[in-house]
Amino acid sequence: MSLPPTPGQTVGPFFGYALPFERDSELVPASHPRAVRLHGHVLDGAGDPVPDALLELWQLDEDGMVVQAHGSLHRDGYTFTGWGRASTDRAGHYQLVTLRPGAEEPGGAAFFSLVVFARGLLDRLHTRIYLPGQDDALAADPLLGTLDDRDRATLLAHDEDGGASLRFDVRLQGSGETAFLRYGRSS
Amino acid sequence: MNLITQDEISAEIAAASTPGGPQPRLDFGPYRSSLLRHPTKDLRHADPETIELVSPVFGPQDVDPLEADLTIQHGGEPIGERMVVTGRVLDGDGRPVPHQLVEVWQANAAGRYIHQRDQHPAPIDPHFTGVGRCLTDADGTYAFTTIKPGPYPWKNHRNAWRPAHIHFSVFGRAFTQRLVTQMYFPGDPLFALDPIYQAITDEAARDRLVATYDHEVTRPEWSTGYRWDIVLDGADAVRFEAHLDEEDDA
Ligand SMILES: [Fe+3]
Repeated sequence: MSLPPTPGQTVGPFFGYALPFERDSELVPASHPRAVRLHGHVLDGAGDPVPDALLELWQLDEDGMVVQAHGSLHRDGYTFTGWGRASTDRAGHYQLVTLRPGAEEPGGAAFFSLVVFARGLLDRLHTRIYLPGQDDALAADPLLGTLDDRDRATLLAHDEDGGASLRFDVRLQGSGETAFLRYGRSS
Repeated sequence: MNLITQDEISAEIAAASTPGGPQPRLDFGPYRSSLLRHPTKDLRHADPETIELVSPVFGPQDVDPLEADLTIQHGGEPIGERMVVTGRVLDGDGRPVPHQLVEVWQANAAGRYIHQRDQHPAPIDPHFTGVGRCLTDADGTYAFTTIKPGPYPWKNHRNAWRPAHIHFSVFGRAFTQRLVTQMYFPGDPLFALDPIYQAITDEAARDRLVATYDHEVTRPEWSTGYRWDIVLDGADAVRFEAHLDEEDDA
């Protein structure tokens, strides 16, 4: 049996009082000894910041394992659930506090999975944020291997502050447009 | 002041509405905010890895069952048509998605959101915020009690009005299935005029966003009732493995 899917629609301008919740962007507290700040801007086709975007992060834990723990909406300060949500601010900037994910397989590339919503964006977009400093794994990655150098560069985060921060910008359109992904969905 | 008329936008909708797939076109000029916010390159195919075939799990500490009733969040009854909105969250194979998060937000009966950026001079209802969430049950069923939202103007063009809608955020079994959408009400005269709704250029697909009035889900002498099922697209672990098996057989 195959049922036709329910179409997506834009998240619109007014999600800001509904979807954000307390410590939504803190997958771990900033005081965690291995906390990393993942941050950047969401930009439109004119290079202008997008102040009404919402991002969601899906990730493995530090050992490359899937986490299936309750508590993503109710942060207890201890449980890592591998999921978080961040809104952009008036400057189009977002930040998440989290742990660097491990790779699923030895020798595989470690990445975050990201969903992007915004006013003006009629359906959600998926992409990946690959960690820097794993050159062999990146060179062997099946997805990155299908991309040209420019597209590939759009999926790589950059270390900042000696590794305390990771920088990743989302460009919805235009020069440096982020490579967005599909996974065998019907569109 | 925006001088583009509804007639001009309607002509653009007609010109842009070449037959499309089940999802909205991301590049849909009549929706002006989409012009600089849609990717211009095709989506790249990725084979999902394990993290993309799972979803976060939500438990009793995450959602209070009372959050599913948007009419009891303040000290009195909100104004408007009280209604139950219920349905099932299913995957493309018709399997229910149990114990997953559904979030909703909406305008009040007068078409006003409790959001600082909503400047529509319609009354705020002190007894209605318009935000709710729930977890689906073992059968994939969600249910909210709320107030029927009103249409509202939104300045895409002069005198642009959104059809009445409830925003839905739905998690499936997998990252690939994540969905944010809007539920509409049957027979809305604003459907033909609305660039967001019409960005889905396949009529049958558009119809899937419209709830059905269902007398079975009303509550006697208390509320009307609407039913709306949600079908999630995209692979999860079970579906992706089945797909690989099919490829092996081929
Ligand atoms: Fe709305």
